[in-house]
Amino acid sequence: MSAVFKRELRAYFKGALGFVFLAVLFFFTSYYYFSYNLMGGVSDFSRLFDMLFSIVLFMVPILTMRLLSEDKHAKTDQILLTAPINRWGIILGKYLAALCVYLLGISSTLIIAGITACFVQPDWPVFLGNLLGLILLGCALIAICMFLSGLTESQVIAALLGFTVSFFLFMMDALSDAFQSVVIQRFFYYLSFVKRYTPFTYGLLDLSNTVFFVSIAALFLFLSILTLQKRQAG
Amino acid sequence: MIKVQGLTKRYGDKTALLDVSFQIGPGEIVGLLGLNGAGKSTTMNILTGYLGFDKGSVVINGQDIQKKPLKAKAQIGYLPEQPAFYAGMQVREYLDFICDLKRIKPDKKARKDHLLRICKEVGLLEMQHRLIRNLSKGYRQRVSFAQALIGDPKVIILDEPTVGLDPSQVQEIRALIKRFGRDRTVLISSHILSEIKEMCSRVLVLRNGRLICDDTPENLAARTRQTQAVRLRVKGEEEAVLTALRNARGAQSARYLGVSEEGTVDVLFTVLQEQDARLIAFLALSKPGLPILHIDGAEATLEDIFLRLVGQEEGV
Repeated sequence: MSAVFKRELRAYFKGALGFVFLAVLFFFTSYYYFSYNLMGGVSDFSRLFDMLFSIVLFMVPILTMRLLSEDKHAKTDQILLTAPINRWGIILGKYLAALCVYLLGISSTLIIAGITACFVQPDWPVFLGNLLGLILLGCALIAICMFLSGLTESQVIAALLGFTVSFFLFMMDALSDAFQSVVIQRFFYYLSFVKRYTPFTYGLLDLSNTVFFVSIAALFLFLSILTLQKRQAG
Repeated sequence: MIKVQGLTKRYGDKTALLDVSFQIGPGEIVGLLGLNGAGKSTTMNILTGYLGFDKGSVVINGQDIQKKPLKAKAQIGYLPEQPAFYAGMQVREYLDFICDLKRIKPDKKARKDHLLRICKEVGLLEMQHRLIRNLSKGYRQRVSFAQALIGDPKVIILDEPTVGLDPSQVQEIRALIKRFGRDRTVLISSHILSEIKEMCSRVLVLRNGRLICDDTPENLAARTRQTQAVRLRVKGEEEAVLTALRNARGAQSARYLGVSEEGTVDVLFTVLQEQDARLIAFLALSKPGLPILHIDGAEATLEDIFLRLVGQEEGV
């Protein structure tokens, strides 16, 4: 697993992808911090994290688009699958590499919290709740988009699939209102990322929401392993 | 050692391999032949653990690939048909990654020496710090070959190892394979019969997913040889030469090959079994006064052998 992890992590920063991802996240974090917290003179980070929720939804597909599709396209999956390494080792190595870049991307929020703390005491429980929510959102979303990347040989299609799913997750609440059926509404309610994420922005650590994001991540990691297994089954 | 027993693989309704069994011992270099779609790559993919299978068993150096896949895979060095790389990596970086992947020689000094030795053996010393994407096809093939040799695996599986190499590189790689094959188990797939003849002590022939032959290259050629054939360069007109040869006693066929010298024709002349094509050609052409300028033996090509084997199988 560590071999795959190291290679993937290096690959992010050998090309432009890792830098672009970090630059975009840093830019938006700084921009919202400047325009909301600094200009508005408030130390509440909820608005910033609220905005980051949508940014992350649309940036993660770019981060993960090449994870499995590249191997399928370049046939490097042959190298991985014929090496003495488990399928879960391959998947987990790639997943953790993407997660590391993601965590690096959202780490800028820690810097701005630190800067703010020099002048005024931030509401730490709210900040940490928000940060945890963003981390859990990333864990789930990276797993989903990595699974989607395993369905195709094309990085572009993988990214488009990721955007589509992200858009669906973003619009899920609005969609649930469009249905009359209570069953469907409840289905959307329970699967809504926005509803699961919102309590974190209030600084509330709800175990069920944590378990939800972790379960989604585990489910899609498992599905990614199954896509490799299916490829091996021919 | 590779031990394959009753191997069967199906893709939906299509049977890719049916009840294939063979065994390859240490120190043996065995060639795997077959027309496109015969099941060569499927066999190799199964042996390396890249593909699963429906029935049978594959044991690599005592490790069952289904029961202990990681231990079995650790015994194998594999060169895929299409060299697969992370093209953005440098050669050395890529080989280092393969070492990590195979969990080989974590000690830095030992690893460095190991990689240097492999790079030297496959002629990559000067290319170590080049990006793989910038290498020529021949060098990429060498990189692929180098990664197969990492960890000194006991079993080496090579799918078309000399494709894309220039003639001198081909000779180097063949010599390397022969050297490695002295104390290892090597399975090679190739379309080049001369390559198989030169390197392999045994040949496996697949046809429509079935193993139809497991023999030495010499026996295989002898089994399939039903005619004696020679290539002739004769001074004279095409029609006169072909007529004279076709009318000769014991002749089977005379086929026009082309003109490589002005006023001459090149002909492939075959005679019936146990006849000497050279003698019959001489007698047939001396009568009408058509001098033979050049004569050489025309060995059966891979295609000839396959066609013969397929014909035998179908009872033609």
